[in-house]
Amino acid sequence: MGGGGEASVQIDEPVLRKLIRAVADTVIAHADELTTLDQAIGDGDHGINMKRGFEAVLADLDKIAVQPLPKALHALGMTLVMKVGGASGPLYGTLFMQLGKSLPEQPTLADLTAAVAAAVEAVKARGKSDVGSKTLLDVLAPVLAALREGGDLLHRLPEVADAAADATIPMRAVRGRASFLGDRSIGHIDPGARSSALLVRAVCEALRAVA
Amino acid sequence: MSNVGIVIVSHSPDVAKGAADMVRQMVGEEVPLAWCGGNGEGGLGTDVAAIMQAIDRAWSEAGVAILVDLGGAETNSEMAIELLPEERQGRVVVCNAPIVEGAVVAATEASGGSSLEVVRATAEELSP
Repeated sequence: MGGGGEASVQIDEPVLRKLIRAVADTVIAHADELTTLDQAIGDGDHGINMKRGFEAVLADLDKIAVQPLPKALHALGMTLVMKVGGASGPLYGTLFMQLGKSLPEQPTLADLTAAVAAAVEAVKARGKSDVGSKTLLDVLAPVLAALREGGDLLHRLPEVADAAADATIPMRAVRGRASFLGDRSIGHIDPGARSSALLVRAVCEALRAVA
Repeated sequence: MSNVGIVIVSHSPDVAKGAADMVRQMVGEEVPLAWCGGNGEGGLGTDVAAIMQAIDRAWSEAGVAILVDLGGAETNSEMAIELLPEERQGRVVVCNAPIVEGAVVAATEASGGSSLEVVRATAEELSP
């Protein structure tokens, strides 16, 4: 990622491999936490499902990481679609596949911002949802806003994402199985918001390590 | 077969199979019918690849109507439709209807040779 005052990172196979591994390792390490969150307001399988998906990504890492960034993101997204199960598979799969569709092989910050904007719209369409409904969009939208503002993004984005995930606690779910709980969904962090914040932090920390 | 096909997608293979059994008993063999349920490991859930295979088994040139239970089944079914060959994408719809009643009503309509649009509309009359 280059431009906007950020240190420029050449996206090549070793970097891509590190990024994918960082994301997968983080999700797998937090699987129990995500499942516990989902037991509170969902059907209790978010951590298990995401772990299954990212284990499949790691199993295919050699095939995924040798491809240029757009194709690698498409392959990662397709693996999640096919392996995660539950609604989070198509939601995260759509997110990564849309990023793959939008990004060039060596993106600038402007490219990344435009791609995240397109991905947020794609996730909204896939989930028939919007910001404020206690979903992963409540993390992705503030992250997009922070990308547009610029600054020390690799440090700032994880903080924005964590704060946005915490901000889902008082929200009332209107999508997914949590919506059946009505007001009882209030008072818990949304599992999808939490997993999105974990992804953002993993990517930023991995980029900091290679920048 | 030229009648619209019906696909039943539940988180539970037992629910999906049970609904399909009811369709067969009440509507007979006049419509292509397939079901899927559960994740790839035998637990509760839905699986995009399994949905795509079910669409294939129930395929009809008149199109396929999908009945789903909960959120993930709908999201995964829509994802599966988008991953179909382009010429098939426009001929598969997810009905906003209760899974059991919707499947029986949709299959009954389909068995009379109705179009995909009519089959869907009839099933969706069940959802106020």
